[in-house]
Amino acid sequence: MRKKEMIAMLLAGGQGSRLGVLTAKVAKPAVAFGGKYRIIDFPLSNCINSGIDTVGVLTQYQPLRLNTHIGIGIPWDLDRNFGGVTILPPYEKSSNSEWYTGTANAIYQNLDYMETFNPEYVLILSGDHIYKMDYEVMLDYHKENHADVTIAAMPVPKEEASRFGIVVTDNEGKISEFQEKPPEPKSNLASMGIYIFTWKVLKEALIALENVPGCDFGKHIIPYCHEKTGRLFAYEYNGYWKDVGTLGSYWEANMELIDIIPEFNLYEEYWKIYTNSGILPPQYISGQAVVDRSIIGNGSEVYGEVHNCVVGSGVTIEEGTVIRDSIIMKDVRIGKGCVIDKSIIAENCVVGDNVTFGIGSDVPNKLKPAIYSFGLVTVGENSVIPDGVQVGKNTAISGLTAREDYPGGILESGETLIKAGGRV
Amino acid sequence: MRAVGIILAGGNSPKMRELTQRRAIAAMPVAGSYRAIDFALSNMSNSHIQKVAVLTQYNARSLNEHLNSSKWWDFGRKQGGLYVFTPTITADNGYWYRGTADAIYQNLDFLKKCHEPYVIITSGDAVYKMDYNKVLEYHIEKKADVTVVCKRRNPNDDASRFGILKMDETMRIEEFEEKPMLASSDMISTGIYIIRRRLLIDLIEHCAEEERHDFVTDILIRYKKLKRMYVYEIKDYWSNISTVEAYYETNMDFLKPEVRNYFFKEDPEVYSKVSDLPPAKYNPGSIVKNSLVASGSIINGTVENSVLFKKTFVGNNCVIKNSVILNDVYLGDNTYIENCIVESRDTIRANTRHVGANGVKVVVEKNERYAL
Repeated sequence: MRKKEMIAMLLAGGQGSRLGVLTAKVAKPAVAFGGKYRIIDFPLSNCINSGIDTVGVLTQYQPLRLNTHIGIGIPWDLDRNFGGVTILPPYEKSSNSEWYTGTANAIYQNLDYMETFNPEYVLILSGDHIYKMDYEVMLDYHKENHADVTIAAMPVPKEEASRFGIVVTDNEGKISEFQEKPPEPKSNLASMGIYIFTWKVLKEALIALENVPGCDFGKHIIPYCHEKTGRLFAYEYNGYWKDVGTLGSYWEANMELIDIIPEFNLYEEYWKIYTNSGILPPQYISGQAVVDRSIIGNGSEVYGEVHNCVVGSGVTIEEGTVIRDSIIMKDVRIGKGCVIDKSIIAENCVVGDNVTFGIGSDVPNKLKPAIYSFGLVTVGENSVIPDGVQVGKNTAISGLTAREDYPGGILESGETLIKAGGRV
Repeated sequence: MRAVGIILAGGNSPKMRELTQRRAIAAMPVAGSYRAIDFALSNMSNSHIQKVAVLTQYNARSLNEHLNSSKWWDFGRKQGGLYVFTPTITADNGYWYRGTADAIYQNLDFLKKCHEPYVIITSGDAVYKMDYNKVLEYHIEKKADVTVVCKRRNPNDDASRFGILKMDETMRIEEFEEKPMLASSDMISTGIYIIRRRLLIDLIEHCAEEERHDFVTDILIRYKKLKRMYVYEIKDYWSNISTVEAYYETNMDFLKPEVRNYFFKEDPEVYSKVSDLPPAKYNPGSIVKNSLVASGSIINGTVENSVLFKKTFVGNNCVIKNSVILNDVYLGDNTYIENCIVESRDTIRANTRHVGANGVKVVVEKNERYAL
């Protein structure tokens, strides 16, 4: 029987609701990152760079963008005769059909898919982190230890440890205890949500816990394996790893890319990140334009000023416009004479002429203060912003907005403006 | 589409000076992100031609590398596909391609096995967009034996580079001269032809029997009165890059908004091989004016009126003016480049100065990267 030593299962079904309007219409793994990439490109590229050529991508929430992005996997060389990338949405069964109710439940519902490859090991990944990691090294570690489960973990500052799932290990890396967001952490090793399971162990656990509602790796499967066998190991990872789950961390991770020598360097020849970007012409910087400390995607045209920005591909920035400290995603069009400060403008938006973003004081968002903070202006994809309006901090805008939606031409700090429609 | 495509990409020209030492002209990088042959290939693909042969001979390594997968132009098909034919020794032939007609003759089996009634022949060194279906319609309407796509010559263009044609009021060709010293007309051949497949096979076989090898002088010009040959005029942008000056000008044309919009924004698009490079990066101190910048570039200095191809590195305090910097060039700190074409993969040492005083200078530096 043909077999694969290790296959990867990539959990990409989550909404990522803390990204607010950015994930209103797309799953979080499909959100753009770093000018030309999408978040899912990082784990997918890590897979192929680690020699894993069989990846199941589990989708559920708003999968259209993910499906078109991944296609048959050509950009990652994951178009294979045996293996390759497969999109795995929830499906109807002869009895007991259900959505994916939890991370482990989603994997459980695809036991048949995994069986096809008769694997020795299964790698569980999530599609919402930015990092470069060689899973093959982690697998070697797993084999060396004759482990049942290996959990990738990274050291975090002691004071932040209480925000994470913490693993406590002995000297050999064997896990003795788990603490979920502990007030007084016993260790500073935080779980990264990356697991290697010995297939038999995973299968047994999934079947044993098949009736647990919302079966989850962190809450159910890992504790079950821990109680049962005890051969759980932590694989310490010390490279760059960034959770981009909140607008603030998403913005920050993008901004880190424009440092002269960024900690996370996309320009290294070794360990390339692949994406489905299509074939795009070079970018044009006009005679009046000023561009510094920024990265700009292919096919963009800049006539205005761009400082400290991450600009996607196919973007047009008209003359007289000044953009600072912002993320502009692909195909956005920004009119003349605008001043855009500290904003995230999602794909395919149109911003009219003489628009000002980021004025006023840092008032918390009235509707969702936990989401729209960090002083950012966040604009959802396909939104239309009329000419001449001003927008304050900690605001969110989505949809086809008109002048009337801005009282006195101003959207005050802390307001949220969600409308229907948008640019086609 | 009822035609197969043939792209003549074997060429080399001394007028390309040092640039052709590395590759065939068809593999020359153009407009930041493309190679010359991408335009012909994309036209074929966008005209729904399913089967395309690329005939290549001179220094084909770079071209073969570019064409190593046909999927980027959508030719990765069960039906049809992309065929690259380099000369091979066979039981009854041991020659290189002795000319364009000979190149087709040596691969005549390809044409014989096709079923499509027409053949589109084009060169691999021209930058243009064309729907060959329109030319084919014209060809059928005129009941032509051969249709030659022509362009009105730009007054500054050197006529002795081109085939010059004269036609009557019905567009039928009366005169066809190859690279004359003095042009009798302002209509130049673009090297794009449509011909019936059976007729092409007959003409090529006959030509081979006579030990003649050139498609233009030995077939088109000799048969110009005997066969019904018509001119189809291309009115949109068309440029042949086979001299250093023309190559430089063609790249510079892409700084004009109308040319950029025509190729980059209007449908159909031009395809190329995807290179997985990160977006271009502008570090503090970079000043970029009226320039094209391709992906993977990192800029620390000043760039004006220039075209930077993929993965260009511009060091601190560099000044680059009116220049074309090809793929993967490293420019050390304080470099001054004006009016130059810098060859791919060059490493320019810090504090060097290259200025094209009388016309464009081709800079070829073979410094190894690790020597820095």
